[in-house]
Amino acid sequence: MASLLSKGRVASPFVKPLAQGREGSPKLQIVVGIVVFPGSNCEHDVVESLGSLDAKAQLLWHSQADLQNSRAIVLPGGFAHGDYLRPGAIAKFSNIMNSVVEFARAGGPVLGICNGFQILTEVGLLPGALQKNRGLRFICEMSQVVVSTANSSASRQLAQGAQLSIPINHFEGNFTCSHDTLEQLQQEDRIVFRYLNNPNGSVDDIAGITNETRNVVGMMPHPERACDPMLGSSDGIQVLASLLEAAQ
Amino acid sequence: MAMKYEVLVEVSLREGIADPQGATIERSLPALGFESIESVRVGKAIRFRIQADDASSAKSTVQQVCERLLANPVIEDTAITITEATTGDAK
Amino acid sequence: MTPDNSNEPNETEPLHRLLGLTDDEAGKIATILGREPNHLELAMYSVMWSEHCSYKSSRVHLKRLPTQAPHVLVGPGENAGVIDVGDGIAVALRIESHNHPSAIEPYQGAATGVGGILRDIFTMGARPICLADSLWFGSPESPRSRWICEGVVSGISGYGNAVGVPTIAGEVNFDEAYSGNPLVNVMCIGVLPKERLVLGQASGSGNLAVLLGQSTGRDGIGGVSVLASAPLEDGDESAQKRPSVQVGDPFEEKRLIEACLELLDAGVVVGIQDLGGAGLTCATSETASRGNVGMDVDISKVIVRQSGMEPFEIMISESQERMLAIIAPSSLGRLEEICNKWEVAFSVIGKVTLGDKLRILSGSDNDSPSFQANGPDHGYSSDHTTSSDQTSGFILAEVPASSLAQDAPIYMREMQAPVWFQARHFELGSRPPDVVDVGTELISLLANPSIRDKSWIYNQYDHQLFLNTVVGPGGDGTVLRLKAPGLPKSDKGLAVSVDGNSRWCSMNPRLGAKLIVAESVANLACCGAFPKALVNCLNFGNPEHPEVMWQLSETVDGIAEACTAMHLPVVGGNVSFYNESGGYDIPPTPVIGTLGVIEKLLYVPPTMALVDNCHIFLLGDYDSNVSGSRWAFDLHEYKGGSLTEINFARHSSVMELVISLVRQRMILSVHDISDGGMLVALTEMAIKGEVGFSISGINDPAELFSEGPSRVIVGASEQGAQSVIRMANDMAVPLRELGVSGGDRLAIRGLMNLSLASARDTWTGQQAPAQQAPAQPLATS
Repeated sequence: MASLLSKGRVASPFVKPLAQGREGSPKLQIVVGIVVFPGSNCEHDVVESLGSLDAKAQLLWHSQADLQNSRAIVLPGGFAHGDYLRPGAIAKFSNIMNSVVEFARAGGPVLGICNGFQILTEVGLLPGALQKNRGLRFICEMSQVVVSTANSSASRQLAQGAQLSIPINHFEGNFTCSHDTLEQLQQEDRIVFRYLNNPNGSVDDIAGITNETRNVVGMMPHPERACDPMLGSSDGIQVLASLLEAAQ
Repeated sequence: MAMKYEVLVEVSLREGIADPQGATIERSLPALGFESIESVRVGKAIRFRIQADDASSAKSTVQQVCERLLANPVIEDTAITITEATTGDAK
Repeated sequence: MTPDNSNEPNETEPLHRLLGLTDDEAGKIATILGREPNHLELAMYSVMWSEHCSYKSSRVHLKRLPTQAPHVLVGPGENAGVIDVGDGIAVALRIESHNHPSAIEPYQGAATGVGGILRDIFTMGARPICLADSLWFGSPESPRSRWICEGVVSGISGYGNAVGVPTIAGEVNFDEAYSGNPLVNVMCIGVLPKERLVLGQASGSGNLAVLLGQSTGRDGIGGVSVLASAPLEDGDESAQKRPSVQVGDPFEEKRLIEACLELLDAGVVVGIQDLGGAGLTCATSETASRGNVGMDVDISKVIVRQSGMEPFEIMISESQERMLAIIAPSSLGRLEEICNKWEVAFSVIGKVTLGDKLRILSGSDNDSPSFQANGPDHGYSSDHTTSSDQTSGFILAEVPASSLAQDAPIYMREMQAPVWFQARHFELGSRPPDVVDVGTELISLLANPSIRDKSWIYNQYDHQLFLNTVVGPGGDGTVLRLKAPGLPKSDKGLAVSVDGNSRWCSMNPRLGAKLIVAESVANLACCGAFPKALVNCLNFGNPEHPEVMWQLSETVDGIAEACTAMHLPVVGGNVSFYNESGGYDIPPTPVIGTLGVIEKLLYVPPTMALVDNCHIFLLGDYDSNVSGSRWAFDLHEYKGGSLTEINFARHSSVMELVISLVRQRMILSVHDISDGGMLVALTEMAIKGEVGFSISGINDPAELFSEGPSRVIVGASEQGAQSVIRMANDMAVPLRELGVSGGDRLAIRGLMNLSLASARDTWTGQQAPAQQAPAQPLATS
């Protein structure tokens, strides 16, 4: 089982809803924008899981530039534009991505999950690239990931060293980067999640990374698929809860 | 006068980047009796036509297309071949 | 070759025969039309009256299946069956084969099979929520079978994952008999608010027929290319230009799904139909025929992928990812808006007319014919018709729509039971072999490719998308939450199972079919679900062989008997004939898909994983008959004897007990006895639960390998055990305590003592028949 010890929080899979966490204030839901490209397919799952955290999610169609006052942005999984050419290669030119880049540069929290991670590397918000899995097969299975740093918008509610059960679901999740980039990621403590049993050949077991300002995170595992004990794990809740906290 | 050129862009993984598809093909060759083959790399070929004043301006446009869209410079290299189009119609 | 209106014989064979129509069928067409058909018309009849589209050999038998139940909203005959599951929710389901395309090009064959079945579901207004499949390949020892298997699995993975519908259940079987002719059966389930149900029919004269999606190319034209007015090229090149392999585009399909569901939500669509086999001919004639209207179709409006396509090519192309929507003219603007949003191409290609005629035109109204390559020679000139006032273009074909869709001949083909069938039951000296060493034989079974761990296959499928998968693949049945965006809230769950067994059916197709239905129902019961609906995919050999028709007829009767006994309606099905290669028919292979409903899915039901320190019970009758078992067939090549007959009263009471035990949370593990028998079932439970067992009281080791029906193994805690015993007594279900779980040995007193690790390593053993090693080393002790 995953260890869910986090900084000063109860090790419960059911994290207190954030709105209630703000002392005395009336319920003010954080609005998270979820970007939808033609070919995205995890957008409703992210909406559902954020909903269980009492956050409000709004879908943002790729052709619009307006982020509609979203306080955090999620790029969900799927196959944006069919993943044709390369995953994320076409999505990065969408109107909305200009706004997302602007939002990120201004410090706004952005989480790219799976295909979203691929898009973040394509658009240059995160370094490296995601190649075909070492085994040349699509992999859908539960993975064990270890929190390598709590210093990011997607891990601030987690403790370094905590082990999480979060499913992976990808063909191109094999994180690759130059030696220099890897060294920089390591030295700057920007590797957020590492696989316990590397399933895809990623360099240094990398499952997720953050940018220099620690507000943009890309990860291959799907935290939204691990937000309910009925589905086998609720370890993803704290990843999404971290994002919401960062959005406050 | 604008000319038409046939363009072939070959996208391949940069040297040093692991190529599991190439490795798989290479591993299977000896079993088929092909012992003399090495350095298999898998990539993709993209063909299109372009209108440009001359070959060098065509090439400069294609280079931009490669950088912006066709290849991911983090892991991929491109090789561009440009030839004058023989027939007028695009397919 | 000069195009000709008449159906003249050429030097060798009359054209209709080249198109696969018999002389009688050609005569019937002429009678319907009151004249000889032209080439286009002949092509349209030939595809619609093919076995594949018309079910002409099986229809007479399929009528015997029970299809009625109060909760059935749509039965067989539509694009998918639909049932009412309560809470304002309807569920659509369908199964289809894509066997022959998968034999030629495994990846695309399987991928387009997935695409086709998805369209059948969202055509009904339902959002597809899961896929399940039944796959049958030749022995993995053969490189060709491995290639087919790998290709099919990648095709399902590649298309299903990208289109964004999880593949959550299935079965994979390996048997020499399928080496030349693999089977790829794909089932899809969709959900919809009950009131959104739409049917594939046209209505309202003046309404528009709009073709949505992929452009139309020469895909899948294959057999009808004899009609080409000029051979494209000779030899190989011609084959290349008219490919019979369709290529799937999951990204197009994804956009098409979203666009169609949005069109339905917006109330834009009057009727909608997907384009599958026989393409536009089928979609236009079926929608018109169902709605008792006519339709004018202007083929010059069809968006084509290649230039120079002939009318017959456009009308029968099987290009993928296309839908035909019928809309009111006033809705065109809204349709345009939605299609543009989802980047789905569309074209108004025709309109609904009064009467019953399907007319194929080239150019209409104010347009001049734009199809230059197809002059009037191809159809008949305008003066041939009496109603040319509506159009100024050429009329290329004019036929009663229903004659294509419904008037195909129905054949009662000759049937003959094989001589061995009666003889087998009385075969003297046909005595099953003795069990020599239980442990060794168990290991052989665990290494059998059909029993071995299949996670290397289902882990290539996204089986979690939509956050509904409570119990995923690899167990008896799959359990899903009943939830989707736009659906009323519900606590219910769905359970799904797909099952086939050609061993049983080759011995006795009628009893085999009954046993498969029973097995499928047992899989649902193990999830705590009552069965609500069944779909079947009947894979058979050549229907011109009397033995094959006998197999089909017997199978249908077996399914009918089982469904009647268990009050289970058949809501859809598919028949695939001509599964043969090298002169051999495949064994009869009916595949049964069942859908069950769990009234309150509030916790994870017990799975097959054994839990430490439990009492292990066998529910159901004692059975030591090994005839038809995996053990007898694959280990001992013994194919004699008779299958154990099923008693449906007993079956129902066992299943009701299991459902009660699951729902009342009395048991911690549950697994029905099927492929491989009781010992394989127990071992699978031990491997999944990572705990051993200790069994006693097995007097005849044959009992360990029997696959007799209506038997379920359950594991219960000390407290639960008392309830299990009491409830079994109350429901008059035979119960036997086999032993207990615990430790790391698989022990049967006096017969076997094996380490759990060795059983597990054999079972997980050769992970993939592929060239590469698994992505991570297996944990070994």
